[in-house]
Amino acid sequence: MTYNWDFQSVWQYYDLFLWGLWISVVYTFGSVFFGIIIGFVTCAARLSQWRVLNGIARIYQEIFRCTPLLVQLLWFYYAFPLLVGGSIDNRVAALLTLSLYVGAFYAEIFRGGIVSIDKGQREAAAAIGMSPQQAMTRIILPQALKRMLPSFINQSVIQFKNTSLVSVISVADLAYMAAVVNGQTYRPLESYTVMAGLYILMLLPITQAADWIERRLRVSD
Amino acid sequence: MITTATPATEAPILEARGLRKSYGVLDVLKGLDLSLAPGEIVALIGPSGSGKSTFIRCLNRMEEPTGGVVKFRERQVADTFRDQGERIGIGTLRRHVGMVFQHFNLFPHKTVLQNVTEGPMIVCKRSRKEAEELALDLLGQVGLAEKQAAYPNHLSGGQKQRVAIARALAMEPDVLLLDEVTSALDPELVGEVLEVIRKLADKGMTMAIVTHEMAFAAEVSSRVLFLDGGVIAETGTPNDVILNPQNPRLQGFVARFKG
Repeated sequence: MTYNWDFQSVWQYYDLFLWGLWISVVYTFGSVFFGIIIGFVTCAARLSQWRVLNGIARIYQEIFRCTPLLVQLLWFYYAFPLLVGGSIDNRVAALLTLSLYVGAFYAEIFRGGIVSIDKGQREAAAAIGMSPQQAMTRIILPQALKRMLPSFINQSVIQFKNTSLVSVISVADLAYMAAVVNGQTYRPLESYTVMAGLYILMLLPITQAADWIERRLRVSD
Repeated sequence: MITTATPATEAPILEARGLRKSYGVLDVLKGLDLSLAPGEIVALIGPSGSGKSTFIRCLNRMEEPTGGVVKFRERQVADTFRDQGERIGIGTLRRHVGMVFQHFNLFPHKTVLQNVTEGPMIVCKRSRKEAEELALDLLGQVGLAEKQAAYPNHLSGGQKQRVAIARALAMEPDVLLLDEVTSALDPELVGEVLEVIRKLADKGMTMAIVTHEMAFAAEVSSRVLFLDGGVIAETGTPNDVILNPQNPRLQGFVARFKG
């Protein structure tokens, strides 16, 4: 089989690709930002002694961890508006869903990091008269953050790839734009290869950096 | 060595009355009394599971007792971190009652010096300069001044425990609680830690010591409590309890440790 590659005709739409890439980056950072806040609050709820709060946080986490992101996007865009009456902007639905989704995972990463710290650390801090808050911010968190970092970066890399799903509710991200270019040029091989290449280009430096950080953290442990 | 203080005549610094602790149906402590006079050194001995660690951990509220009272300088300990009127808060109590743990529990992300300055700076709000001066002095006393910039994972067990003692002393406590501080150490490192405690004893530090080192307990303590099954089964001078035990159960226990 001989195939005539023609990246030229696809790449003339480079502005669409770049705009799509930009949108993907925006949704990634946006959802990581809100996800950290949601994850932090959820983690605090999970660690609290208050059972009701704990239960609510758990239910939220399990719903979002045990349903596919695609299903969540469809539900928030098509089903949720019927439930509350009215409509929801697809961009709002996309950001909301992505944030809630990643927040559920972040919460578990944060919680795992904190509970992995030996209880002797909290006791030692308490024994010199530190309040629980001082022990958390000065003794537990600095150690826990270090342990969380690799999983946090990993989850964020997955999140960047996950943004490609927002194209199904017509958010013009990189995946959506690749489909547009394909529609214009009828060159799926080139369109989708360029798309894949751009994802790799974005994420390869991050995964490499994450590996490097992980190695360094292991040495200093 | 400290002269054997007579607890009756001097007001105790730290006192426990009818202390109880249970985990569900398991009664670990069944009403224990202790009174620590200034300069007194009490050794707590007993088989594992007898409740000695739980007991001293109740004294600075590492464990919450299920019954009884703890008093610091005649003030009952409150259930809150802060002082509650007459009652002394748990936070305040711990500033005055230091603790050293079996597993050291040094802060691994801080240097030796930072481990020791953490309490004075963060809890007592002393200046860095002041805290470092104090810390270096204490590190000198435990023989580790030259390790001030090292991180705990570069230290031996004995060195870690000496730093942990310096960290507790940096709060300038009135009482020090030592919870099996040599039990996690390699045998050849036990001596250097005991030496530090011996020096503290010579300086008149008030201490409650949970230990399996019978010879050491006999040497430094002014009073020995033998705990068995959650009660104080025997109490007396080191001579009565460790060197010439009368109670058969105590005889068996001490004999095993004398080796």
